[in-house]
Amino acid sequence: MESMIEVRHLTRRFGPVTAVDDVSFSVRRGEVLGFLGPNGAGKSTTMKVITGFLAPTSGTAIVCGADIVAAPIAAKRHIGYLPEGAPAYPDMTPLGFLRFIARIRGFDGADAKDRIDLAVKRTALDSVLAQPIDTLSKGFKRRVGLAQALLHDPDVLILDEPTDGLDPNQKHEVRTLITELAPTKAIIISTHILEEVDAVCTRAAIIAHGKLLADGTPGDLEARSRHHNAVRLKIAGDAPDAVTALLRLPSVQSVEPVDDAEGSGLMIFARDGRAIVAEVTDLVRTAGWPIAGIRVERGRLDDVFRAITSKAA
Amino acid sequence: MRSTYVIFRRELASYFATPLAYVFIVIFLALAGALTFFLGNYFDRGQDDLVAFFSFHPWLYLVFIPALSMRLWAEERKSGTIELFLTLPVSMGAAVLGKFFAAWVFAGIALLLTFPFWITANVLGSPDNGVILASYIGSFLMAGGYLAIGSALSALTKNQVIAFVITAAVCFLFTVAGSTLVLGLLEGWAPPGVAETVAAFSFYGHFNAILRGVIDLRDATFFITVMALFLFANAVIVDLTKAD
Repeated sequence: MESMIEVRHLTRRFGPVTAVDDVSFSVRRGEVLGFLGPNGAGKSTTMKVITGFLAPTSGTAIVCGADIVAAPIAAKRHIGYLPEGAPAYPDMTPLGFLRFIARIRGFDGADAKDRIDLAVKRTALDSVLAQPIDTLSKGFKRRVGLAQALLHDPDVLILDEPTDGLDPNQKHEVRTLITELAPTKAIIISTHILEEVDAVCTRAAIIAHGKLLADGTPGDLEARSRHHNAVRLKIAGDAPDAVTALLRLPSVQSVEPVDDAEGSGLMIFARDGRAIVAEVTDLVRTAGWPIAGIRVERGRLDDVFRAITSKAA
Repeated sequence: MRSTYVIFRRELASYFATPLAYVFIVIFLALAGALTFFLGNYFDRGQDDLVAFFSFHPWLYLVFIPALSMRLWAEERKSGTIELFLTLPVSMGAAVLGKFFAAWVFAGIALLLTFPFWITANVLGSPDNGVILASYIGSFLMAGGYLAIGSALSALTKNQVIAFVITAAVCFLFTVAGSTLVLGLLEGWAPPGVAETVAAFSFYGHFNAILRGVIDLRDATFFITVMALFLFANAVIVDLTKAD
């Protein structure tokens, strides 16, 4: 599959601060790349450079074959961009605003009308089309921003925190929309909500201090977690020697008592991410402990996120 | 071309989206009237020209133009829409020109609405309408010069009030550059030629030359050059400041 976005050794400095430091990656059609990173990590700056808002200090980004430095206007035609906070002209109505976007992107008459209608339908904006954007709720403002980004049916969508500040229903709607659009486009979203990566992204990239520290499928990243293949075990009643017995298993790294929202229990960590659930169940059966619950953990993105981003600090 | 026009339309419509534009025009007209009739003693002069009206325009623009130009870029930067605006497939030139022309046309509309002065003059006497036409064109060109300065300076800040104050101050310098006040300061110590150079930048001087009824190529070129220079500076400033 062709690569729609290609970022090559991108560096952007603000005076002495290096906001983006030699970042390279590419996104193909059908991929949804999630940018993860703490605040100030360089996610937004990277997006601003790819969309042509900021010039790179060195390196470049190629969008659908157009170099954003050498041919910015050609590249921008292929991009639909939702800047952070979804800015839009407050005095305009969503309809007036979308008409402006349609005109400036070169659509006229019936074509423009059809495109606006489709964007309005996709983002469920019809109830507020005639209200000044100023008076809209945060959720609607975000949708106006999304409608604007989708209007020209771009090959590349770049969405900076598309669900930030939305309620759970709205978040779900936006994620569904992204998933619907995904097969025909190359999409980059930034987020600091880790569940979002699981929900919509086919790939995740972790950025901290301007550097790209990890790039892989959410599964790959989860496998790097110490929770990967760990077993959560809840024993009903007393089993005082359970911890010692479990630790004697060759593939078990450590055992920790947990007590969280799910209740109390034991977390059995696997050595080097090996599959240990068979060994653990064998032991449980021979020892005859009454089991109240057992579950294999997939691994936690927030583990990986914390491990990777704090290491870099 | 097309994108300049689309931006121009949006910007011009945005002036009229709030009642501000109408308030603005009314204040402009009221001020123009007050200056002409009270300070300019239009009736007492007993002459059927509009010199009393036009000669106040530089001072009128000193207040009116910064108020018009202050929002051009400062507002985009403040609200963050600049990020949206400059990631649309438009060139920087189209963006700067579209905004500038919208403000200039707005100023032109305000200027055209002063037509009752022209009617008054024609009812009371028989003025030289050629001179009046030249004066209108001169005034419009001068407004463009001030606006280009204001547009460039409004890109320097996110704060419209600061943009207003800086623009008013800079426009004031350009207005009084040829006055005895400034030239007196330079006299005696500045090398010969400096005073003449400074005076050549005077909006007042070039405008007064046009008020005599002849649009000299030099005076028209002056204002057009000022516009071109400051709009170029405007693009450079936007590029430099958009990041923060």
